[in-house]
Amino acid sequence: MINSELKELYQQVILDHNRNPKNFGKIENHNHDAEGFNPLCGDHVHVYLHLDGDIITNISFEGGGCAISKSSTSLMTAMLKGKTIKEAEHIFERFHDMVTGKTAEDDDFEDLDKLAVFQGVREFPVRVKCATLAWHTVIAALKDEQAPVSTE
Amino acid sequence: MSKIEKYDVLNIRKDFPTLGLQVHDKNLVYFDNAATTHKPLSVIEKTDEYYRSMNSNVHRGVHALSQLASKEYENVREKVRKFINAGSEAEIIFTAGTTAGINLIASSFGRKFIKEGDEILITEMEHHSNIVPWQMLCEQTGAVLKVIPINDNGEISIDEFENLLTPKTKLVSVVHISNALGTINPVKQIITISHEHGIPVLVDAAQSIQHVKIDVKELDCDFLVFSGHKLYGPTGTGVLYGKEKILNIMPPYQGGGDMITSVTFAKTTYNSLPYKFEAGTPNIAGVIALGSAVDYVNSIGIEAIHAYESELSRYALAELQKIDKLRLIGTAKERISVFSFVLENIHPHDIGTILDFEGIAIRTGHHCAHPVMQHFKIPATARLSLAMYNTKDEIDYFVRSIKKIFEVFL
Repeated sequence: MINSELKELYQQVILDHNRNPKNFGKIENHNHDAEGFNPLCGDHVHVYLHLDGDIITNISFEGGGCAISKSSTSLMTAMLKGKTIKEAEHIFERFHDMVTGKTAEDDDFEDLDKLAVFQGVREFPVRVKCATLAWHTVIAALKDEQAPVSTE
Repeated sequence: MSKIEKYDVLNIRKDFPTLGLQVHDKNLVYFDNAATTHKPLSVIEKTDEYYRSMNSNVHRGVHALSQLASKEYENVREKVRKFINAGSEAEIIFTAGTTAGINLIASSFGRKFIKEGDEILITEMEHHSNIVPWQMLCEQTGAVLKVIPINDNGEISIDEFENLLTPKTKLVSVVHISNALGTINPVKQIITISHEHGIPVLVDAAQSIQHVKIDVKELDCDFLVFSGHKLYGPTGTGVLYGKEKILNIMPPYQGGGDMITSVTFAKTTYNSLPYKFEAGTPNIAGVIALGSAVDYVNSIGIEAIHAYESELSRYALAELQKIDKLRLIGTAKERISVFSFVLENIHPHDIGTILDFEGIAIRTGHHCAHPVMQHFKIPATARLSLAMYNTKDEIDYFVRSIKKIFEVFL
């Protein structure tokens, strides 16, 4: 039998996206990109974006990591397609608050849609960086930062 | 019955309070001994005793407490000398750990004897602590760091080692046992060959001191370093052994109190060995408790520990090899009870989290050995590392728990 906290962490959606990530690969017409590393784990992600004005028209990623980091990247790309930069930043803020447990107890994260499956991460402080690596990287890509992102 | 006559692992476990802990409502199974070992009660109590009944500084006071602390502190030097069979107490320098020991040698020996174009030889399986200090030295001096490659079993070859020795090689610094692969390196052979070329050798014994008998005279190494906390002692303690004749001609590492005989603004005279290398107030409580750790290991006997762990290691290896989809990283013929592995495409961190909920503590990640991970083209491994108090039952439980990982991921 699997412990309930573990079940909460490794939800089916997370396991599915780990196995079959969405938007995996490099989009040819990207005009922004950034790399992120999680040096302690060896996680590595490269995010590619196509921005039309301030709208993310296309987004993809390459790289590898644990189930949490890979599925988080996959779900993030699905969520951000068609969003504006401002919307993306706001979603990340909400996501970050959720996985670090900084939100009100009755917050159901309905606005985060599928990303709400990462609620379980807040019980695992060492895994927060797994869930947020992709987000830090996408923010860096939007700002065209040259240095790779590191979570340490 | 004494523990030497019969290795009574269940009795030994009773000496370690933390081994009785519960983690996520399960009995703790501690398989992260290469990171640090647990401490026997005698070590914990000795630390407490120092602060309760002799707290004072060493080598400074005429008063009773200082004399008592100094005596206890220096007794440990003799204990350690005997434990590794060094020739004299002058050759035993207390440090903060293995990393501190290597940095001391890189700074002191390095600055004096290593010049532009000189070469330092290490292996591909070093811990970062035996890579980075040399890279820093190379940057400062213009020396060159050379690396003995490993094969896909995680072994080095003596032929390749010999081929890399040149007239410019000024130091060979090798890990005795790899923390990431479990490989036992042929250090005796490396030392003999290096000495034929007049090259001194530093042995990183961080992962060997707790598992095998170390005899520095027999090895004939010039330097040997280890950490107290991996030998069942306190964190923040370590030992640097160096041959007296080399330590004598090395400049001090850090300047300060205790390492001098006289100071004027015109000139300072340095203290003799070993104090020349122990500037400032040392980790007195730690060193004194390290003595209790050495006593504890001696009470069981390092040979008895080695025999028990070897049997446990053979058992673990056989059981691990039975697990479908488990790939061992590091399959050297000469090895100890450190096992790195990967499970198909399940990331080590996910393995670590799930095992944690079974009460099993393992290490996941790169084990401060990036070059080893690069060699095997993997980002990380899961690692179990055993110690004198682990049991076959725990290994059986581990094997059963691995199945839960597959339950989640496959």
